[in-house]
Amino acid sequence: MNEISDVSGQYSRRTIDIVHASLVKRRRAEKRFQLYGLVSIVLGLCFLVILFGSIISKGYTAFQQTFIGLDIYFDPQLIDPEGRRDPNTLMEGNYDRLLKNAMSSLFPDVKERRAKRSLYGLVSVGASFDLRAQVLARPDLVGSTGRVWVLADDDVDMFVKGQLERTGVEADRRIKDNQIAWIDKLEAESRIKKSLNTAFFASGDSREPELAGIWGAVMGSLFTLLVTLGLSLPIGMAAAIYLEEFAPRNRWTDFIEVNINNLAAVPSIVFGLLGLAVFINFFGLPRSSPLVGGLVLTLMTLPVIIIAGRSALKAVPPSVREAALGVGASPMQTVFHHVLPLAVPGMMTGAIIGMARALGESAPLLMIGMVAFIVDVPGSIMEPSTVLPVQIFLWADSPERGFVERTSAAIMVLLLFLIFMNGLAVYIRRRFERRW
Amino acid sequence: MQKSTLLFLLVLLSAAAYFIGRRRSLQVAGGTVRSLHSLPNYYGYFAALWCGIPALLVLFLWTAFENSIVIQLVVSALPEELSSVSPDRLGLLINDIRNVASGVVASETDPAIEAAANHYLELKEMSNRLLSLLAISVAITGAAYARQRISKEHRARNHVEKSVTIFLIACSTIAIFTTIGILLSVLFESIRFFQEVPITEFLFGLDWSPQMAIREDQVGSSGAFGAVPLFVGTLLISLIAMFVAVPIGLLSAIYLSEYAGSRFRATAKPLLEILAGIPTVVYGFFAALVVAPFVRDLGGRLGLDVSSESALAAGLVMGIMIIPFVSSLSDDFINAVPQSLRDGAYALGATQSETIRQVIIPAALPGIVGGILLAVSRAIGETMIVVMAAGLTANLTANPLAAVTTVTTQIVTLLVGDQEFDSPKTLAAFALGLVLFLATLALNIVALHVVRKYREQYE
Repeated sequence: MNEISDVSGQYSRRTIDIVHASLVKRRRAEKRFQLYGLVSIVLGLCFLVILFGSIISKGYTAFQQTFIGLDIYFDPQLIDPEGRRDPNTLMEGNYDRLLKNAMSSLFPDVKERRAKRSLYGLVSVGASFDLRAQVLARPDLVGSTGRVWVLADDDVDMFVKGQLERTGVEADRRIKDNQIAWIDKLEAESRIKKSLNTAFFASGDSREPELAGIWGAVMGSLFTLLVTLGLSLPIGMAAAIYLEEFAPRNRWTDFIEVNINNLAAVPSIVFGLLGLAVFINFFGLPRSSPLVGGLVLTLMTLPVIIIAGRSALKAVPPSVREAALGVGASPMQTVFHHVLPLAVPGMMTGAIIGMARALGESAPLLMIGMVAFIVDVPGSIMEPSTVLPVQIFLWADSPERGFVERTSAAIMVLLLFLIFMNGLAVYIRRRFERRW
Repeated sequence: MQKSTLLFLLVLLSAAAYFIGRRRSLQVAGGTVRSLHSLPNYYGYFAALWCGIPALLVLFLWTAFENSIVIQLVVSALPEELSSVSPDRLGLLINDIRNVASGVVASETDPAIEAAANHYLELKEMSNRLLSLLAISVAITGAAYARQRISKEHRARNHVEKSVTIFLIACSTIAIFTTIGILLSVLFESIRFFQEVPITEFLFGLDWSPQMAIREDQVGSSGAFGAVPLFVGTLLISLIAMFVAVPIGLLSAIYLSEYAGSRFRATAKPLLEILAGIPTVVYGFFAALVVAPFVRDLGGRLGLDVSSESALAAGLVMGIMIIPFVSSLSDDFINAVPQSLRDGAYALGATQSETIRQVIIPAALPGIVGGILLAVSRAIGETMIVVMAAGLTANLTANPLAAVTTVTTQIVTLLVGDQEFDSPKTLAAFALGLVLFLATLALNIVALHVVRKYREQYE
């Protein structure tokens, strides 16, 4: 009897107690699981913040550039010995000497050759071209003396911005003790200033960080995107229209669809191989040109545009088509006069997203030679050029310290374009979205 | 006449043909538009098409063949001692002639080459003139023919629509041509590569050092083309990427679709998706500049020997890039699991996490696996991150702290810079491209198959 009640007591305890005992554990497991999810989202967002944070913190300084104020005597002996203010003679003047003279007069006690060379090295090699441009623009400067702000060398620039060490083993430092002393003296005489880095936005690539800019790459990107847009938009829209509105459902169109879906997943570098083998080696189109880049990117973005275009067409209700057909329009008229205008906003968002992807793409462009070092700003789609992401790739590879901040700044510009494009796509979608 | 000018002129002529055709149709109709078969616009389009398309075809064909014919003519006019050289030398010679003709080389040129360059320029000039004449006359003839065809009964709309249909079909087949182009371009060069390097050595060889000798007697002159270290490196980095992306992506998808309130979801989801829109070159820079030094320092502090270009750094960053990819695909599949399954589990007394782990995830698993396969194929094909953050030396190792190289990195290093197209070094890149294409293609087909099959189950 006792035994039985014991057993039954165990039984009754078991069910409810097991539930009770396990409930705490299960609730804890529930909380833990929920926490994992939250942690992983926070982790993902953390990566985003670290990515943006590190790029912005490294790059924001690139928008400013260090200048050195020198009292330059535009010595007629050096730049205009004949005194005729003739542009041709002015072109050939020794502007480098002007800079050196100005530097020497600031630091008269620097006599030794090595020291002199490192003193002159404080000024960028581009400064003499600047001086020449100034004199050519205003020939009356010849013979006068004036405070001119000239570009500082990238090491000086980095030092002034606090990105080079002041202490440590001198041999390991880019900037030596005597140079630090000179810079300090220049700063004490307020001959050092930082102002907007116009060269970064206005010039092409250069081996010297202080002279390098993104304008060439921006123009290259623009031309490449123009080619891509000009080809992929009409072709993609036409393909979408055919597949969605006219194509019979048969093996052939299935085959086309499978191809389009596969192309959307082919690694981008393979498109680069295609461009190299077909457009450059077979058709002999010029290497490094935005034309070939645009063609390759067209083939890459076509699937995106076609898929987006088809879903935009699919969203147009059949009643629109039936109404048009009912009043006697031909199928072609139905599509082009009634369905397409309603689908265009959706197609546009797809196209903009495809373009944004093309703008950020770089791997296939390496294959077709757009990595060449090109200083000139391209003027047409046939001229060699580089694009913004490839410029970033090139600069990221450069050993000079000054290119790190320029790379980050170029990335900021690229991301700004991308944010703008994606914002535009969202705006168009919101503005023209239609619920049937 | 420049080709661009000619093109512009042809467009203008077509526009003119449009107006002529339209006017003609109104004339024919005698004021009553209703008596025409089609609307007057269609007669305009009809004329414009007849004007533009044949002329454009002429322009296109001419441009395609012009260069080789002109070069043939120039070569056949060369003096004997210049033209009777080996094909390689002849190629160089032609290049010289072209350079001189475009004014690139100004100093000290062979008078024979200069003469040839002049001949080349003359021929080009003549060909341009002929082309302009031909194209414009074809355009005008076409327009005249179309104008003469226009009558009340003429079915202009049907003709125009037919041509538009042809255009639409042509556009939709470009995807096929692209696939064929990819296949042919990598296949042909790969076949040339495999004629020099046996395919078994390429697929199973353990040594990769694609340096080719400039001189015969150079040290290490014969390249080794065993691609196994590259495959292993690629897989290692992809594996690390998946270790980062799959848990984070999957758990965030679960949280976003099951736990998060709609407000939180509406902000967190697009923020995570920003990660997918960032250009890969930016990730590469981030990996090389921030993550790799961080990993190296951390390893140094722990007493590990981490190389400055470790597989770990590249894999980590690639994983970050793939997170949104995994999360949005998983999100789709988790959302597709019907509510009735959840309600059933709750009715049995399961907690929410138990429901997710034991009901929803198993139900969504095939789809999630398909999504992960797609993510793997993306990791294998990813280029910029590994080019910038992984090493260049082929290293057969499974150690994530060592530098490894990948298929895509090698393609880039082999093909960037000076290249000649008959050395195994450059051809090897195409063979690697073929492997990459086939591997990702197979993965994608399997993944798409799984995804599609699963999607239909609940619909």
